[in-house]
Amino acid sequence: VTDRDTDLVATPSQTVGPFFDFGLTTPNAALGRMAGPDTPGERIRLRVRVFDGAGAAVPDAVVEVWQADASGAYPGVPDRRPATPGQAFLGWGRLGTNEEGTCEFQTIRPGRVPTGDGRLAASHLDVCLFARGLLRHVFTRIYFAGDPALSEDPVLALVPEQRRETLVAHLDGDAWVFDLRLQGEGETVFFDL
Amino acid sequence: MPYEKSQPPLRYPPYQSTILRAPSRPMIQIPAHYSDLTRPVYGHLPIGPNDNDLTVHGAGGPPQGERIIISGRVVDEDGRPMPHTLIEIWQTNAAGRYQHVKDTHPAPLDPNFTGAGRTETDAEGRYTFTTIKPGAYPWRNHPNAWRPAHVHFSIFGTSFLTRLVTQMFFPGDPLFPQDPVLQSIHDPRARARLVSQFDLALTQPEWALGYRFDLVVRGPHGTPFEERA
Repeated sequence: VTDRDTDLVATPSQTVGPFFDFGLTTPNAALGRMAGPDTPGERIRLRVRVFDGAGAAVPDAVVEVWQADASGAYPGVPDRRPATPGQAFLGWGRLGTNEEGTCEFQTIRPGRVPTGDGRLAASHLDVCLFARGLLRHVFTRIYFAGDPALSEDPVLALVPEQRRETLVAHLDGDAWVFDLRLQGEGETVFFDL
Repeated sequence: MPYEKSQPPLRYPPYQSTILRAPSRPMIQIPAHYSDLTRPVYGHLPIGPNDNDLTVHGAGGPPQGERIIISGRVVDEDGRPMPHTLIEIWQTNAAGRYQHVKDTHPAPLDPNFTGAGRTETDAEGRYTFTTIKPGAYPWRNHPNAWRPAHVHFSIFGTSFLTRLVTQMFFPGDPLFPQDPVLQSIHDPRARARLVSQFDLALTQPEWALGYRFDLVVRGPHGTPFEERA
């Protein structure tokens, strides 16, 4: 237990702004290719589309995803930084959206992760979203349509039933598509700790 | 101060871009034991030897502008240092122009300044960048709107709980009162966290002015709501 009187004031968040790509995403396009040739698991393409409250595409968002490997384990923190990105499965990816508000990750379908209470989460990715107009980032999750484990997932169970669909990606051709609606009709569920 | 009180709201109409982009429904609280956001995570980006010196990235020589050093520590709310934490920065050039295709401000580009850098904190949470002082620039948020000069910071802590993207400002800037991005932070002590301090001890004689900018990320302790109740 810490003495709250000595707590430091946390640094406030500020928007990522519209001009981040040369700092965060362009040199790192490899960060969308999360699975290497030797990564075990089912290869998937995961397209994330971001929309504002008027239904317009958000062309200046940063999407960070974080997921378990195919066995349901999160990659640990390595002893040293990689020399180049994209060599091993790291469970972490980052892309900026394009003019259509879209970005696409190439990864593997995450395994089911044990929750703290002895259950298993349904296959999912965590999402951290930054954008111009977001003074602080927001968190959401991506699940997969048709997964029989959805009904057992303890986090989905916290979400009112009529809003659970906002957390589910659907297969369109050979890509899973997840629509992230920041506001309004069909607003995506966002999470806090 | 509880973490939540130090942060800006999602919706802040004076910053117009929040109006259609701020989520309007209440967030759903995830108990810490269900959450992946507290698991160890790591910004898996390689760091090159000169990545923290933005003044040596140009093929044609040093960039235009006032050379500065930005240095500080990254700690959590309990004052514990955050070692080996990835810090990424990006900024305008000295004239207030970003190296970005969508930046149409009619100020000159500098071929010797890309404005992006990256480093990692040391074992005590310390970091240093060498760069040039960025410029103010106009935007269209409201009539005659200008952003105060700032450097964007992205901090990758030990988990998504400590993830932070923010902006560093320079002391005494007359543009602060009209900047809705900075003013979105209600508490003046929290706002002050974003203003760097001129530091003569960091200043290198005959070379560069020093600014100190310490960052405080969210504490590692589960949910503040439970612990601080």
